[in-house]
This record gives sequence, structure tokens and C-alpha cells, in this order.
Amino acid sequence: MSRPATHQPRLTGRRLIIGLPWLWLGLFFALPFLFVLKLSLSESVLAQPPYLDLLREFTDGVLVLAINLGNYQLLLDDSLYLKALLSSLQIATISTLLTLLLGYPMAYAIARAPRHWRLPLMMLIILPFWTSFLIRVYAWIGILKNNGLINQLLTGLGVIDSPLEMLHTPVAVYIGIVYSYLPFMVLPLYATLIRLDLTLLEAAADLGCRPWKQFLRITLPLSLPGVLAGAMLVFIPVMGEFVIPDLLGGPDTLMLGKLMWTEFFSNKDWPLASALAAVLLVVLIIPFMLLRHYEQRNLESSP
Amino acid sequence: MTQTPSKPALDTAHTAYQTPSVRFEDISKSFGSTAAINNISLDIHQGEFFSLLGPSGCGKTTLLRMLAGFEAPDRGRILIDGEDMTRVPPYERPINMMFQSYALFPHMSVADNIAFGLKQAPMTRSLRNARVSEMMELVQISPLARRKPHQLSGGQRQRVALARALARHPRILLLDEPLGALDKKLREKTQFELVNIQERLGTTFIVVTHDQEEAMTMSSRIALMREGRIEQLDAPRRLYEFPASRYAASFIGSINLFEAQVLQQTGNELTLACDATGTELHAHCSEKMLPGMTLTLAVRPEKVRLLQPNEQSPNQLRGRIKDIAYLGGVSIYHAELPSGKRVQFTQSNVQALAEQPLNWEQDVVLGWQPDSCTVLTE
Ligand SMILES: Nc1ncnc2c1ncn2[C@@H]1O[C@H](COP(=O)(O)OP(=O)(O)OP(=O)(O)O)[C@@H](O)[C@H]1O
Ligand SMILES: [Mg+2]
Repeated sequence: MSRPATHQPRLTGRRLIIGLPWLWLGLFFALPFLFVLKLSLSESVLAQPPYLDLLREFTDGVLVLAINLGNYQLLLDDSLYLKALLSSLQIATISTLLTLLLGYPMAYAIARAPRHWRLPLMMLIILPFWTSFLIRVYAWIGILKNNGLINQLLTGLGVIDSPLEMLHTPVAVYIGIVYSYLPFMVLPLYATLIRLDLTLLEAAADLGCRPWKQFLRITLPLSLPGVLAGAMLVFIPVMGEFVIPDLLGGPDTLMLGKLMWTEFFSNKDWPLASALAAVLLVVLIIPFMLLRHYEQRNLESSP
Repeated sequence: MTQTPSKPALDTAHTAYQTPSVRFEDISKSFGSTAAINNISLDIHQGEFFSLLGPSGCGKTTLLRMLAGFEAPDRGRILIDGEDMTRVPPYERPINMMFQSYALFPHMSVADNIAFGLKQAPMTRSLRNARVSEMMELVQISPLARRKPHQLSGGQRQRVALARALARHPRILLLDEPLGALDKKLREKTQFELVNIQERLGTTFIVVTHDQEEAMTMSSRIALMREGRIEQLDAPRRLYEFPASRYAASFIGSINLFEAQVLQQTGNELTLACDATGTELHAHCSEKMLPGMTLTLAVRPEKVRLLQPNEQSPNQLRGRIKDIAYLGGVSIYHAELPSGKRVQFTQSNVQALAEQPLNWEQDVVLGWQPDSCTVLTE
């Protein structure tokens, strides 16, 4: 492909439009991340602020730059961090699958509901956002605890004798995450399902395809972009989730977000917390890159 | 109106004993308060190229969708090869449909689109691949096998849709405005291809169109529809030459209509008085007409002749040329009668140059034979 040789400074409007997101990304993502990266390479001390600057001193024209890889070394050495990463990955993956399993039928039902029903149903999905996230997670404590709503109901009905242990278990964490992140799955799914051309399903039926297979061969593949968008919207924030495992999880609920909080606020180890954050970002970016690569190849595959 | 050679009507005496390929029995269908289909009964025979013709909103698509099984009739039965299919779901009917919007699966290649219907039935892979290749050759899209629908032109998509619908070798193929998205030239070419394919495969084709020329070119029979009913059901030639009503007459091609009162009838020779022409008109009519009845006389423009100065005709009008439309092979002239009524007639252009050419504002005498016009009572 040949590019025009002369530079065209005229297209300012277009440049501005392309430039704005980049500027935004630079200011609020790249720059803060650089700070975090710098912090992660510094040494932790008992001081205010609790770390030593990379640029240590500047004397006699000699700049002393101290890069401390010890934090990363520590992350590798102490198996706690690897365990936390794997446990976060596990929790995020399972919760993403659970929200997908729950959210897909919901989005599908709303998209296929009579037109005048769709808006009210969508409102019901979005409505919980109108209350504070924290309050909603707190409410689950009241529902799940030993003398909480569920246990009272079950003992009252005589189904169980002693209360079920639910709060501060992994189950409670999953309930909290799935409950909180469900709308992020339903919204993009609904958006792709509502755009699906229903004559495609008629065409499939006409070609001898039964309803269940129509779903598998037509609806599902064509809604994959929505599935991917929803999965990312759930997976990425859950990886760094702190509030839910802290409030609903037990002491053995290991998640990166919780660990970061502990390192940052309890242990005052800012550099280690930053190193954790940097690792988390890399872990999250890899699948994203793979996806982009795959999509690119998909577009170019056909001659 | 260009008259393209159309296929002869099926010999009804022959087919009368066979079970019809498709039978609509007293079918009615309403959407809310609109009656989309109003008590239609219709037989379509094996191997026919049948057209449903009519203006927008007359119920063509609805009738087709009921046959395909996407819409259930409120009343009546639909039989396919003698079997009641009224409540059978679309995926169990021996019918395939080519959709108006083509409805190609965007995430599948051309070959996968065509193979889709074949995969719904048990069939070995090699047999299936062979059938897909055969179909792609039939509609000449073999080099495009690996492309996705969005990488095709409108004409190519249409071919894929046709190949996909034909791949299962259905006994009946439904086509909803199959050529609507094509330009005129491609459309005419494809019309002949469709007829060729249909003759080669012997499949019953049922085509929806609102293009009367298209219906005339391709069909063995045409059902002309109007507001959910069938106005006239006939072979293209009969529909053109012997329209049953003013509606049919003016929907197919152009035609001159004259309101006239019956003066007398001797045998099948009818004499009428017409205000618009100010003359007596003569026509042939075997039905019994009573004097004083008001009728409509319909004459096709190509049946109206320019009379030479010494010529006489039973139906003779004087007029003045007001409009000339040159169409290449023929020209269409509009002559204005003293009453202000306009009469259309056509002249072949070989003639027009050989004799004296007609000009605007020229006075002419026109005439036609009593047996070249149709008497309409509706
Ligand atoms: N799903 C529907 N809901 C309500 N009314 C409908 C529906 N489908 C069709 N109709 C109505 O039924 C009548 C017949 O519609 P149909 O689509 O069969 O017309 P058509 O002859 O195919 O017209 P066109 O040439 O414009 O495609 C119209 O008045 C239309 O408005
Ligand atoms: Mg239609």
C-alpha cells in the first residue's frame, strides 16, 4: 500500500477525533500506569511516602538510578502471590461463565419479548445500579448470614435444623460477583441479540433446521461478539475485585485485589502493591491481544 | 409492453387428474383488523412456473409465507402433494424458499451457506460436497466458494440464495421477489436463467413479483391478486389478451378503455354508443348483453391501427397526435380525440420511416377490428 508522499496537515478535524481517545488513554491510563510501574521498581522504606525514588541522587554530574527488581522477585518467590493470581483467575473465569449462563437466557428472553415489554424488562436489569454498589453487597450479608433471611426461611419451613454456613465461603463470593456483574453481561448480549435478523432463523427453518439447532448454528455464533464483550466486562473487573471477596468471602478467599489492598494499606508496601498491579495488567492484556489477533486473522482469512 | 415468448400454459385437461403440487383451500388470514388474505382457493401443478402478481400490500408475501409455514392461516387448509400441511412446521415441509432479502448466513462462506440445508439431513460428506459443487456450477459461482456474503455483489448474493434454496432438490421452490435488487439488464438475463433452471430441474416454482413484465416473461400461469383475493388466474398470453376486469386490463401492460352503452346485439356482434369517441363502436361478445347496459371496451395500443386516407374500419376515430415516445423498436403515440380523451397506439419504427413519419399535432384516423377488443363488465 502506498501512502501519499506529501504530509497533509489539513485533516485537523479527523485528527482531533482520532486523537481524543488517545489523549484520554494517555492521560488516564498510560501515565498513571507509568507511575505505578516506576513505583514497583522502587524500594520500600518506613517513611512518608513509604518508598525511595528511582532517581536517588545527582552529584558531580553522576545520576544514580536505582532500579529495584526485588518486588518482582518476591512475587515469584513467595507462592502466596502465584496462588492469589491463580485463585483470582479461577474465580473470574467461573463467575464469567456463571454470568454468561444466567445472562444469556435473560438477554435472549428480553430480546424476543413483545416490543412493549422490552424497555420495562431492561429497566429491571439496570435498576439495581440506582443503589450504591456497597449497600447492595452489604445487603447480601443480611441474606446469607447464619441467622439471615435464607436460613430463617429454611429453618422456619423445617427444611434444615441447623443453619447453613454460607457467608464467608466461596459460594457467597460467587453469589455476590454474579449478582453485581450480571447487568454487564446482559447489556451487550441484549444489544447483539436484538440486532439479529430474524429472517435468518426463518431461512434456517426453511432449510430443515429444527429450533434448537437454529440456535446453535445461527443465533449463538452471531451473538459471539456480545458474549465476548460481556465476558470482558465481567472478567476484567472481577480479576481486581476487592469489595466482594472482602465482605462476603472468608479469610481463605485469596484474590489479587484483596492482596493489593493489604499490601498497600496494611503493610504500607506501596512498591510491592504496584508490582502486583503491573502483573495483573499484563495478565489481563494478554487475552485481549490474542483476541484482537484472532479477529484480525478472521477478517483477512477469506480471499 | 414487450411480449416475450412465454411458455405455453399447462394442458389443464391433462393435469386435472393429477394431484396438484400445491392446493390452497379457502385460505384466509388477518393481521389484527387487516384481512391480508381473503378466502383464496388455488391449485398449482407439478413443474409449473407460477407467478403471484399484484400491487404492494395485496397479500403475495403472506400467501407465500403461509405455504412455507412461517404464518398459519386463520381458516382453510394447505395441501402439498395431497397431504395436509397446514400445521406442519417449516422445517418439515418439502419446500424451500428464496428470501426477498436473500437471508444469507453472514458468518458462513458461500459453500457453507449452500451446504447448510444438506447438513440437516443424513448424507455422506462426499455426496454433500458433490451436491454443493453441482449447485455452484448451476448458478455459476464456483470461484466464489470461500467468500463470505459481505464480499459479494448483489447479483452474486442472489445466485447464492438460489443455489442454497435449490440444494435440497425441493419439489417446490418459493421465490419472493427474487430479482428485486438487480438492475434491469441483469434482471432480464436472470429471468431467462431462472426459467432454464426450472425447466432443467422440473421443480415447481412459485414466484412473487409486482413486476408484470417479469411475470409475463417467466410464468406458465399468473395469479393476479387484489386486496387479498385472486382477481384473475390465467396464462400470461390470456391474461394479456383477455383480461377479465378493468383492474386486470390496466394492471397488465397499457390499454385504452372506453365506457360505452349497449345499443344492440346480433349474434355475438355488439354495437355500442360511446360518448368519449362520439361514434358507434363495434365489438364481439358471446355473452348476452341487454341494450342500455354500460360496458367498458378495452383495446391494446398495438391493436389500434393508423388508417390510410381511403381505408374504413368498424371502429374509427379521428384524433391529433399529442405525444410521441420513442422506444427504439416501436414508438408509442398518444392521440387526442375531440372530446379530450387520449388514445394510445403503437407503430413499429420500420414502418414509421418507410411511410410518412408521424409528427406532433398531426391529424390522424385510427381504427381497430371488432375482434381485437375486449368487452369488460367489471
Ligand atoms: N406481520 C404483519 N403484521 C401486520 N400486518 C401485516 C403483517 N404482514 C403483512 N401485513 C399486512 O398484510 C397485507 C398484505 O401484506 P403482504 O406482505 O402479503 O403484501 P405484499 O403483496 O407482499 O406486498 P409487497 O409487494 O409490498 O411486498 C398488508 O396490508 C400488510 O400491511
Ligand atoms: Mg411482499
